Parts: sequence; structure tokens; C-alpha cells
Amino acid sequence: MQYLLLIYGNEAYWGTLSEKEQGQVMQEYMDFTKSIAQSGHLRGGNELHPTSRATTVRVRDKKRMVTDGPFAETKEQLGGYYLVEAKDLDEAVALAARIPSVRWGAIEVRPIIPHDMPS
Amino acid sequence: MNLEQIYREESGRILATLIRLLGSFDLAEEVMQEAFAVALEQWPKQGMPENPRAWLVSTARHKAVDWLRRRSRFEAKREELQRLAAMEEQLAAEPEDTMLSDDRLRLIFTCCHPALVLEAQVALTLRTLGGLATEEIARAFLVPVPTVAQRLVRAKQKIRDAHIPYRVPPQEELAKRLGAVMLVVYLVFNEGYNASFGDVPVRRELCAEAIRLGRMVCELMPGETEARALLALMLLHDSRRDARMGGNGDIVLLEEQDRGRWHREQIREGLALVESALRDGHAGPYALQAAIAAVHAQAARPEDTDWRQIAFLYDTLLRVQPSPVVELNRAVAVAMAEGPGEGLLLLDTLEHKAELRGYYLLPAARGDLLRRLGQWREAAAAYERALALAGNEAERRFLSRRLAEAQAKSG
Repeated sequence: MQYLLLIYGNEAYWGTLSEKEQGQVMQEYMDFTKSIAQSGHLRGGNELHPTSRATTVRVRDKKRMVTDGPFAETKEQLGGYYLVEAKDLDEAVALAARIPSVRWGAIEVRPIIPHDMPS
Repeated sequence: MNLEQIYREESGRILATLIRLLGSFDLAEEVMQEAFAVALEQWPKQGMPENPRAWLVSTARHKAVDWLRRRSRFEAKREELQRLAAMEEQLAAEPEDTMLSDDRLRLIFTCCHPALVLEAQVALTLRTLGGLATEEIARAFLVPVPTVAQRLVRAKQKIRDAHIPYRVPPQEELAKRLGAVMLVVYLVFNEGYNASFGDVPVRRELCAEAIRLGRMVCELMPGETEARALLALMLLHDSRRDARMGGNGDIVLLEEQDRGRWHREQIREGLALVESALRDGHAGPYALQAAIAAVHAQAARPEDTDWRQIAFLYDTLLRVQPSPVVELNRAVAVAMAEGPGEGLLLLDTLEHKAELRGYYLLPAARGDLLRRLGQWREAAAAYERALALAGNEAERRFLSRRLAEAQAKSG
């Protein structure tokens, strides 16, 4: 069973940290990623550029509409994600609880619907 | 025992086992209903089987196998076929009479999983373990039937798709998860207890249902002190059910209740449970609340109540579970032990607490203490404030009576 762990937080928060604190958080992320890779949970993951770099696309009546910014303005933004293998929700939640920014942001845990992908 | 009784008493247990065997709430519910339908038709003719529960589980299993085969015949998707085959294989691998005693624990822990919203936890627990119909749950909680139905559907979908595990949580999570289970049970109880004034009878049945669930948790987890304490607390409160309601559905205060109408047998059971819970040491919030209820239960007349002991228990409860409502109760106990003046001083310190703003029992308590001091004018003012905040009809009628008395005496 796969889960997507979506990492939400206030983007402005990062800028309030000192360089040293940012370094510590980066280190924590690296340690966490390495640890879930070794335990066999990690299937993928990425950090995202902030929502100011986001572009939202819609097609209505065959017309493409492209707008600057995320699809919804929210207090907390999606900043990255992990794709993990876990045997059930409890295990996925336990992994989510170890992501460093869970302490100031929130992690949304979403079960994945498996589809065969063309390779 | 007739079939209806068997449904009431055994359906939770049967369903719990079927969910474990089938890994699906919906299929388990469906085949259980079918098994009961078969029983309804066969038993009157052929007589009741020796072990009705085992018969029902076995019949439901056969229905499940039929269903899986039927589905497989029409299913085109490969993954779905594999899933159905795996389910059938797992079902065949289980011995015919498998009913694990902790199936119901698995079920209640799954129903009360923190990944489900509280209302859904409550509805699902009552539906599966209590065997209540969706309509009954809706009536009891005063919400529309479609709302409850939708909560149930969503909860079952989430359990299925997010893979909420069907198991008793491991030791390191157990205390917290048991807390969630007890919260649901106590919520069901309070819903029945607080709303039972002149209302639909199904609401009062919630108390009995909560006690039944509390009893089940105690049986299955005999080492859990707080679970025993919760059962004691519910039994002791519920023992006053006939005395706390006047003929016209009015509230009768503890002090004015006819204690002869308290249910002695229930009190005896509750007291024994409190004692055993307290003996285990390290009393938790349910044990302390049960101990307070026990002190009331032991007083033959209101004036025999050991208020000093109650104030001490509230003190301890305040340390374990600080809350302004507990502080308010403690102030009332102190007033009863030391005199209304002492209590009023404590109430003054609570007036500015944000959590108690809008809580009608704070001015109501003040009104009561002023009434005891004979300060009628001030008492009337306090009752007026309480009346403006009170929620249900019975509360308002009670406060209006007190207000009228205070106004009459203050001339």
C-alpha cells in the first residue's frame, strides 16, 4: 500500500530562520530521508519551489487559461512530498510524524490508488 | 431467546468476526443481514440451532463465498479478480468455528480510530457494535437520517481506502487509543444522560448502550483500570435516572431527589468497581469522577454527603485534568463543605475565564449560593443571567422557578 505524504507549511516561515537553523532542518531532512530509504519505505519524494513559482492551468470550452500562482490561496502551502510504502494507515502516520516540518506545519497523508503505468 | 434478542446481543460479535474474515465492513454487514434473513425463515420451521451465533457466522461465510464467486464471474479488472480470489482463499483458510474473543476489540478500536471524525466514530460504533439502525442513531443525536448515513458511508470508505488497520493497537499506542474508545463510549452516555428529559425514549437507551459497550471493554481488557472506572461512573450516574426527572419532565436536583428511587443494584456494582479501580493506585480522571459519584451514592440523605471528601477529589482531579468546569464544581463542593461565602470567593476568581463565558452553570451556581445566604436580590440577578444562557427547555424551566422564588423573596 502506498501513501503520499504532503508537506504543508507557511512558506514565509523558512525565511524567518537563521542560516544555522536552516542548515539544521536540511540536515534533519537528509537524515530522515536516508532512514526511510534504509527501512524500505521510501518510493520517491521532492522538495517544491514556493507557490510564487507556481502556474495553474485550466481548460474551459477548449480554451486554455493559464494563471500565475497556486490553484488556491491558503495559509499553508504545499512545500514537498514523500511517496512511501506502508502496510497500513498507522504505519504511514508514524512516518509522517517523523518528517521535520511536522513540528511547525502539517502533513497530509493520502492513500494512493494503484494504476498500471505505461513504462 | 428470540431472533430479535439474538440480533441485539450477538450481531456486534458476529459482525466483528465477519469483518476480520472478509476484510470489508460492507460485505460483512451484507452477508450478516442475509444470514439473519435465512434464520428468520428456517428457525421457526426447523428449530433454533444449538449454537445460534456459530450458525449465523457459518451461514454468513457461505453467503460471502457465493458473493465473491458471483462477483468474480462478472469482474473484468485483473486486480479486482486477484483481490476477490485472495479474499476467498483467506476465507477458506480460516477454520469453520473461528471467533476470536478480541474481534470486538478490533472492531471498537477501528471504529474509534483517530483518523475518523468523532461523529463518525460514534455513529459507526453504535451501528456496528450496538446494532442500532441508522434511523435510531439519527433520532438519538437529533440529526437528519441522510447525515448519519453519509457519515457511515464516508467512514467505511476511509477505513477501506486508507487501510485503517483492523487490530488492537500495539502496547505503545494502547493507552492513547483506549482513551479515544472511552471518549466515544462516554460521549454516547452523556448524550443520553443530558438529553433524557421528557424526550424520545431512544435517547435514554443510549445510556444503556454506553454501559453495554463499557462493560464489553472491561470484559475484554480486564487489566485496564480507567475502563473499569468509566463503567463505574456510568453505572452510578445512571442509577439515579428515575429520581432525577420529575413527573412533567422537570429536572430534580441531587439534593431534592427521592433516594429511594435510586437503583441499588447498580450502585452496588458501581461502588465495587470504583473501589477496585482506586485500589490499583494512580487514579485517572474517570476513577476520580467515579469516586465523586460514589460519595454521593453512599449518602443516605443529602445532609450526610461528605462534601470535604468531594472537594478533595475535585482538587486531585484538577491536578490530573485541569479545566475551568472542574474548578467550578470544586467551588460548589467547597461551598457545601465550608459555607457559601467561601464558594462565592472561588466563583469570583472564575468569572474572567474565557472558557466559562456563556456557560450557564456558572451564574446558576452563584445564584444557588446567594440563595442559600438569603441574598435574594443578588440571587435573582444571577438566575437572570443563567436563564439567558441556558440551552434546553428543562434547564430553563428550572431556572425560571428559582428566579421567581428569588424575586418573590426580595420583594
